[in-house]
Amino acid sequence: MEAALQTNIQTCYHCGDSCVEEVVEAHDKTFCCTGCKNVYELLEENNLCAYYNLEENPGITGKKPIAEFRFAYLDDAGVEAQLISFKNDAICKLTFYIPQMHCSSCIWLLENLFKLNQGISESTVNFLRKEVSLTYFHQKTSLREVVQLLARIGYEPEITLADTDGKKTSKPDRSIIYKLGIAGFCFGNVMLLAFPDYLALTEGLQRSFGSFFGYLSFMLSLPVFFYSARGFFTSALEGIKQRMVNIDIPIATGLLALFFVSTYQVFTGTGPGYFDSFTGLVFFMLIGKYFQQRTYDTLSFDRDYTSYFPVSITVLKEDGEEASVAVRNLKVDDRIRIRNQELIPADAILLRGTALIDYSFVSGESEPVEKVVGEVIYAGGRQVGESVELEVVKEVSQGYLTQLWNNSVFSKDETQSVGTYANIAGKWFIIVTLIVAAGSLVYWVPRDTDMAMKAFTSVLIIACPCALSLATPFVHGHTMRVFGKNKFFLKNTTVVETLAKIDTVVFDKTGTLTEPSAAELTYTGKALTTKQEQSIKSVLQHSTHPLSQRIFQHLKGETIPVHNFQEVAGKGLVGEVNGQLIRIGSASYIGVPADKSDALKTTVYVSIDGLVFGFYAFHNVYRQGLKSILQQLHDKKLAVLSGDNNHEEARLKTMLGEDAALNFNQSPVQKLEYIRQLKQEQHRVLMVGDGLNDAGALKQSDAGIALTNSITNFSPSCDAILDATAFDKLSTFLSFSKKTMNIILATFAVSLIYNVIGLTLAVQGLFSPIVSAILMPISSLSVILFATMSVKISARRAGL
Amino acid sequence: MYIIFLMIAVSITVAGLFLGAFLWAVRSGQYDDDYTPAVRMLFENEVTDNKKPEPKSKA
Repeated sequence: MEAALQTNIQTCYHCGDSCVEEVVEAHDKTFCCTGCKNVYELLEENNLCAYYNLEENPGITGKKPIAEFRFAYLDDAGVEAQLISFKNDAICKLTFYIPQMHCSSCIWLLENLFKLNQGISESTVNFLRKEVSLTYFHQKTSLREVVQLLARIGYEPEITLADTDGKKTSKPDRSIIYKLGIAGFCFGNVMLLAFPDYLALTEGLQRSFGSFFGYLSFMLSLPVFFYSARGFFTSALEGIKQRMVNIDIPIATGLLALFFVSTYQVFTGTGPGYFDSFTGLVFFMLIGKYFQQRTYDTLSFDRDYTSYFPVSITVLKEDGEEASVAVRNLKVDDRIRIRNQELIPADAILLRGTALIDYSFVSGESEPVEKVVGEVIYAGGRQVGESVELEVVKEVSQGYLTQLWNNSVFSKDETQSVGTYANIAGKWFIIVTLIVAAGSLVYWVPRDTDMAMKAFTSVLIIACPCALSLATPFVHGHTMRVFGKNKFFLKNTTVVETLAKIDTVVFDKTGTLTEPSAAELTYTGKALTTKQEQSIKSVLQHSTHPLSQRIFQHLKGETIPVHNFQEVAGKGLVGEVNGQLIRIGSASYIGVPADKSDALKTTVYVSIDGLVFGFYAFHNVYRQGLKSILQQLHDKKLAVLSGDNNHEEARLKTMLGEDAALNFNQSPVQKLEYIRQLKQEQHRVLMVGDGLNDAGALKQSDAGIALTNSITNFSPSCDAILDATAFDKLSTFLSFSKKTMNIILATFAVSLIYNVIGLTLAVQGLFSPIVSAILMPISSLSVILFATMSVKISARRAGL
Repeated sequence: MYIIFLMIAVSITVAGLFLGAFLWAVRSGQYDDDYTPAVRMLFENEVTDNKKPEPKSKA
């Protein structure tokens, strides 16, 4: 440890970041900022340094200061009541979502919160869901104190408007596990009882106990029939009601035939029945269902604006007093105060102060936009800088952005997709089965009526496409895991099939095609000497404006003292360095006509002693590997939807090709309409976007992918979340999902072989419980194995 | 041979008890989080290690 500290680049003992800007040394340790140091001291005081022993540098950087008054709204009894899940005279219970949680040290610290605040009696972490369940004594501490403590140690919980909607009471659905457990139990026991049938040696045993074993098997099959297999029957019934054939109809027919033929045989004493095959089938198919249902718990795919907006806001009353009001109760003409880093919840007019609005969540644009008094600020922006006063002009639900959610696409329930491979296959399956069954009936009736019945039911039993129904969930499930390993997270397994059918790809520009965090900086104009650059840098040092900061970091050299520094908010800076008057700011501030060709770029002009030298311009930087992805997608129709103006049109054209449709100045609703139009032209549309303004388009498209730099961060409602680092693999993902469709077809072929063998035996009346007991598990297991192996092999080949 | 009736009754009862135990475990939420408990059980030692030096210094 000692040696590590003495290396040239010092890393923060708390968060592990390298100490670039400053080095805070305390307690023989180095910290990158005082925030980190404070957390360390707090933990040390309370004897919680085991936090640092479990993992190296586990902390979360304390560079971002926490404005504790931000949590004032938590004192509001109404807000508290909506957040907590249980309250009695002594204790309160509630669950927080903490996306920052990342290692075992986090778990340890969060479960030892009671050492930091005596009022907390218990805290339990669910790491996979990134949740912590807290119990606290509300006489000793308050909700606000608990949240402030969490924020102080770097684990600020995410509390949003959606938390107060009361949706969170939904318990995890465990019914599939119950069904699986019961089916497994019954399957095992029935198989044990059926064992004498398999061996000719035990004929004597079979004669004396046959009926007892039969009745017992029947009893054991009842819970499977009525509980475990219920899903297949209801789904089949649903299909019949909607007059379409799905895969569950032939399955349900097969299961019904199996169950009733077996019951008939047992009660009439004509045979041992097929109860072992019946319970086994249900068990295997439930495994497939369970596999299909497993998704990513930590990721949320169905977020709307409510999971982004704050719970409450500071409203200024007429007498100038501040009050915390729930965002939902915000009315038109209310005056609100927005502080640094707070979010604007409703469209409002700026009344006082300089607003610098960061719209990165809305549009992906990283550059904060300046607004002056009198301008309308749309909801969803985050204020950077001083606190401002605004007057609400539209209610939260009526805002420019939130009106998207009033669109009909958001109220529609997701319907079962009809055209999936499995359902199409199921349709043909039932047709063929019925023809074969009818054929065998016609053949046998004149010859042997008993045989006719046997052949008819055997055909129905063997034709149960269980292997077919297993193929899709296993292939899709494994594909989803392969994608997950490559940081591409699908909402559910059906998205794989949707991706395979895509023929049109639509991109959002800002934040999706471009890198939101990096912008290229170029200088145009008279060349600056090193000394002049040094002077400019020194002036910029005193400004907190993000553009100033960006140029400041770009310039090299030491800073020198500046006199008579002045900042004209929203315009520019002025200062004297070495007797020279340096002015930096917008074209109008410097007093030059803006360069026409660059009018649409973000520019910062510089003048020295009244002489205009030139300007710095910020260009968008396109994501790495963008060109190769676009080339790989050439077989698909490409389009760009940008909320921005068209100054990048020429550059985009060269990258996307002449055929690509480029649309600029698109509002969120226009984006949605564009996708709808493409769909009406029978295109299968994939939308790739990142901001709230793409939410409508993402929802409207066949498959919506939200691109994000941090997967636990906010992302709009979508079908899949793609980590930005994996963006260059997008076309590989698409082609791989196409490949999996071939794997499914191959798996279908494998399962068909078993069905053909079984059917040949069935029409001849040779199908017996033993044949069934052998054939059924083999076909199911081989299909599972084949699907698993072939997905793994082709994933390796595709380099995923 | 009629002992088989008793044996099967016993075996199914025992199996049923296990099924009941499984269903109870699922219901009580033991299958909801299959990661954190595995990490949590390793903590106790670390904590006591950290606390040990204190009483020593007092003595």
